Amino acid sequence: MTSTALRRFNPYWMLVLPVTAAVALLYIAPIINILFLSVTDPQPGLGNYQKLVESDTLIRLIWTTIRVCLITTFFAVSLGYLVAYTMMHALEGQRRWMLSILMISFWISVLVRTFSWLMLLGRTGLVNETLISVGVISDPIAFVRNEVGVLIGMVDYMIPYAVLPLLANMRGIDPRIMSASRSLGASNLQTFVRVYLPLTKPGVIAASLLVFISSLGFYITPAILGGGKVLMIAEYISVQLLVTVRWGTAAMLASIMLISVLLLMYILNRFMKLGTIFGGDVR
Amino acid sequence: MKKRRFHLPLALTWIVLLFLIVPSLVAFPVSVTNQNYLSFPDGEISWKHFENLFSSPEWISSFVQSAIVAFCSSIVATIAGSLCAVGLWRLSSQLGEIVRAILLLPLIIPSIISAMAFYRLWIPLGLIDSYAGLILAHSILALPMVLITVSASLANFDFRLEQASRSLGAPMFTTIRRVIIPSIQPGIFAGAVFSFILSWDEIVVALFISKFSVFTLPRRLWNGMRENTDPTVAAAAVILITTTLAAMLAYNLLAKRASRSTAQ
Repeated sequence: MTSTALRRFNPYWMLVLPVTAAVALLYIAPIINILFLSVTDPQPGLGNYQKLVESDTLIRLIWTTIRVCLITTFFAVSLGYLVAYTMMHALEGQRRWMLSILMISFWISVLVRTFSWLMLLGRTGLVNETLISVGVISDPIAFVRNEVGVLIGMVDYMIPYAVLPLLANMRGIDPRIMSASRSLGASNLQTFVRVYLPLTKPGVIAASLLVFISSLGFYITPAILGGGKVLMIAEYISVQLLVTVRWGTAAMLASIMLISVLLLMYILNRFMKLGTIFGGDVR
Repeated sequence: MKKRRFHLPLALTWIVLLFLIVPSLVAFPVSVTNQNYLSFPDGEISWKHFENLFSSPEWISSFVQSAIVAFCSSIVATIAGSLCAVGLWRLSSQLGEIVRAILLLPLIIPSIISAMAFYRLWIPLGLIDSYAGLILAHSILALPMVLITVSASLANFDFRLEQASRSLGAPMFTTIRRVIIPSIQPGIFAGAVFSFILSWDEIVVALFISKFSVFTLPRRLWNGMRENTDPTVAAAAVILITTTLAAMLAYNLLAKRASRSTAQ
């Protein structure tokens, strides 16, 4: 019995098991602990979740987060679609440049990018200084410390996340289908709207889900460009933990975020495998 | 006719791409400003903010600490991730795919939640504010990167080579060392570079689990951004970004050379 079990045991499990055990103990277990804390701290029960309907602050917080994420998703996916579409139809040399720019911006630290936007859009930033010296405006426009600043920073950061799944999807479309549509008498616009767009639907859905999921947990950009005026869930969690030390509320918000992210990721996985999305930049 | 119609989307695309890249580079001109506040150089450029940066013991120590943490995390993540990728590739079982999904979780779960989880567990383990704590956390976060890049390399690897090696009598570890690893080197190297950058830039987890004794470059940058308008912060941002770009460039050059040598 034991010997057959041993013979059945594939030795390659020995490579996987130690790391998996470490990740389970050091990462998965404390994540599950957060779910647990949300119903036990400060006292057992659903008290933390009850605050969701009672507290105006929390309702406003969640609404702000969802609104900012939806607007970010809309702009990032629209602009990302344009970029991916052009890349598919651009000449080889130009496409390589475009891909390099996408990859560079994908990897530049979110902190540096946020800081850059602050220097550009602040009251005495380059944009305001230029507009004033040209005489277009007399007083600086408030780009930061409000939702506009947060949205600019987040859309900028999220565009590469939208482009990658769209590219993966568009690569799989046979260009002869579009030729067929045109040869059957459809105009370019008709071909695009009635043939190409429906074919890229899985890519659009995957891109939207990926951008929305990634936006939900955004911390750095809202904290700096929002300047305390645009409070999103991640920043609220950090204040709860590091300043007021209230684990219960923070754990409740984190649990809601975690469950939403995993649920959306599960749906995303049915449209496109994670490896396909990030595989594009690996090779 | 068709060509001309394509001009507008192409122009718009380049505007979007410039929107992606140009603002990120604004730290470069600001870092050489001759003023003492965050501004663009007014006529002449000055290196005094870099001099400040490199004569400040705090910034130097953050720089060194970041390099240590990123280097160690990259090594740990690369070894652990490659082992898992090879194992899961060869197992290719349903249970294996569940394990793979679990190992990819650190990439999917928002970093604020990961930060919370580490913070809560690192306190009783005594890992708060220590090199070991930060390296361990960053290694776990970078593991999915390595898993993805090495798995992508393995997808192009003919598994019959592994079978041939085993059937000729090589034990598993010899097969891995002499047959598998040499063929998936590009994936391993990509994973190492990506996990280095991930740790080098990482801020959210560092905000929670490091305080005084470990104070990485992004951490000091974060404080600097919130507290003052000293252009030294811009100089530090330039260092951060240049290291990332250098790592990517090195990776690209080596990847190109590798693909050329396999083509021959």
